[in-house]
Amino acid sequence: MNVLEVDGLVKHFPAGRGAVVHAVNGVSFTINQGETLGVVGESGSGKSTIGRSVIRLLRPDAGIIRFRGRDITTLPESACRPLRADMQMVFQDPWSALNPRIRIGDLIAEPLKLHTKLSGAERRDHTEALARRVRLTGELLTRFPAELSGGQLQRVCIARAIATSPKLIVLDEPTSSLDLSVRAGILDLLAELKAETGAAMMFISHDLGTVKLISDRILVLYLGSVVEYAPAAQVFADPVHPYSQALMSAHLPADPTAVLRRHVLEGEIPSPINLPPGCSFASRCPVAVPRCRAETPVLDAVQPGHLAACLRIAEGANRIPALAATG
Amino acid sequence: MSLLAVEDLHTHFISRDLDNHVRVARALNGVSFTLDSGRVLGLVGETGAGKSLTATSIMGLLRPPAKLVGGRALFEGRDLLSMEEGALNALRGRDIALVVQSPKSSLDPLTRVGDQLIRIHRAHRRGSEAAARARAIDMLGALGIPDPPRRMRAWPHELSGGMAQRVLIALALMNDPRLLIADEPTTGLDVTVQAQILDLLRDRVRRTGIGAMIITHDLGVVAHYCDEMAVMYAGAIVESGPVKAVFANPSHPYTQNLIGATPERMKLGAARTMGGTPPDLYALPAGCAYRDRCPRAGADCAVPPKDVPLGASHVARCHRLVAA
Repeated sequence: MNVLEVDGLVKHFPAGRGAVVHAVNGVSFTINQGETLGVVGESGSGKSTIGRSVIRLLRPDAGIIRFRGRDITTLPESACRPLRADMQMVFQDPWSALNPRIRIGDLIAEPLKLHTKLSGAERRDHTEALARRVRLTGELLTRFPAELSGGQLQRVCIARAIATSPKLIVLDEPTSSLDLSVRAGILDLLAELKAETGAAMMFISHDLGTVKLISDRILVLYLGSVVEYAPAAQVFADPVHPYSQALMSAHLPADPTAVLRRHVLEGEIPSPINLPPGCSFASRCPVAVPRCRAETPVLDAVQPGHLAACLRIAEGANRIPALAATG
Repeated sequence: MSLLAVEDLHTHFISRDLDNHVRVARALNGVSFTLDSGRVLGLVGETGAGKSLTATSIMGLLRPPAKLVGGRALFEGRDLLSMEEGALNALRGRDIALVVQSPKSSLDPLTRVGDQLIRIHRAHRRGSEAAARARAIDMLGALGIPDPPRRMRAWPHELSGGMAQRVLIALALMNDPRLLIADEPTTGLDVTVQAQILDLLRDRVRRTGIGAMIITHDLGVVAHYCDEMAVMYAGAIVESGPVKAVFANPSHPYTQNLIGATPERMKLGAARTMGGTPPDLYALPAGCAYRDRCPRAGADCAVPPKDVPLGASHVARCHRLVAA
């Protein structure tokens, strides 16, 4: 069953003096129960805006968001609040996501207080069970956030997110601020929770190695549009959109024997304020032709389940040239 | 002779607590390594391992409460750590360049990019301003910055992160240094931009034969852009050697855990031995600093381990290892 269905999501922000930031421009995807969707793209590609929109921290300008079959696109904030027991978010920076003046135990109990009718004693038991679940020792429950390490704080955030057994968890760069060894522990925990609870997860990250490891399907974004949407293994083994090819080739696996087939992209992601017409990637695309600057490509199936938005795929001209292989 | 030979570097943070007792954090505990011309050394480790502190100690940029308490850093045979301030100033920015972290906060916000480049050149080299300006424009062009004459007039706040990082590297390279130290040169940049910057750096090393040290926590960067690597833990290098040898045969238990925690090697749900937190630098355990977290620690680990040679300049500091 689809836990989340997003159709044609659009979100713009005013940038002053009449300018408009086109953060998200017509993005569609679904997440099934027990599925982890990895969302990748560079800064400014709209990853976080999509994450915040689907759990309605933002109100979309257009498009439809269906959560468990129910249209929540324009629900007023008061009606969204009870929904959040079923949809939760974990943020990148655990230091700023937690109130520094509240003890860890109370932080974990907060969603229980808001969303359940548990008695004080039941809440305490539940909080202790949650802390054990994310492998925090009981003595930490009486501490303040400043006394914990980054990895421990991120576990607190995850404990809060799973407290009400949500059906959807949006994780926005949950491991980006953590050291490698701490990150491994958090990823283990997320994989366990997914297997145990069957919650749908949306994993937003720019770390391709981590996304590859944890995702079932991947959404590749560029300037607020989906350029490729496919099972994780296919996106990594055989990316078809020119941008995905360049992105995957710039990933540096921590293995010196891996051969890199590098594609070098000129320049940087353009400003989302003045979006050019046509394909948003055309200005940096090595295989762009004049038609790409006039026509906007739509997501189309390359194979069943593997979608990409590029006009040149039909012509078989979507492969971008590689530099010589380097070690 | 090595371009840079660091020998037994010790740096402490010395402070007083509320009761006026002196507290000492032993942040660097005998860091030793060498770097040859034409090579790229990757210094890796987790937060607090002492990577950046190693760079600032070598460059003589420590500020209280950090204090250098021992060791030598020989640059082309001359000890930087015992050098007079004047002689050191002549070297820094000319023969030795440092690319610091966070490009946005490292550029002078009130000076145009071009003037910063010209200023660093004229501080160290003779010649006219026009010549320095021409060189600055060439340098920006060489670093892949489009339309260099226009960029010369840009203010730092007008630059994107990738552009600011390129300008910092241009500043470092303005005087043709023989040693380049880059502290997390691509952290926070997007991967396609990261690849461009690292290509530039490696190109520079290959073509001009300078020596470079890249400080990073990203093992992917080390795997593909460095020749040698040194792994730091609690202010000491626990393993070093050629990148391929260390990845093929990680020998120190910490290195094994670190490499095992990369997305390429880790298996979700596998038993993780990387528990615990880094040691308290104010109260380092006697002997091996890693022994509280080490799955293979024994009674002998209370004695400081020595470097064990494992072949072809690959060494690791652990009692469990047998020399090759």
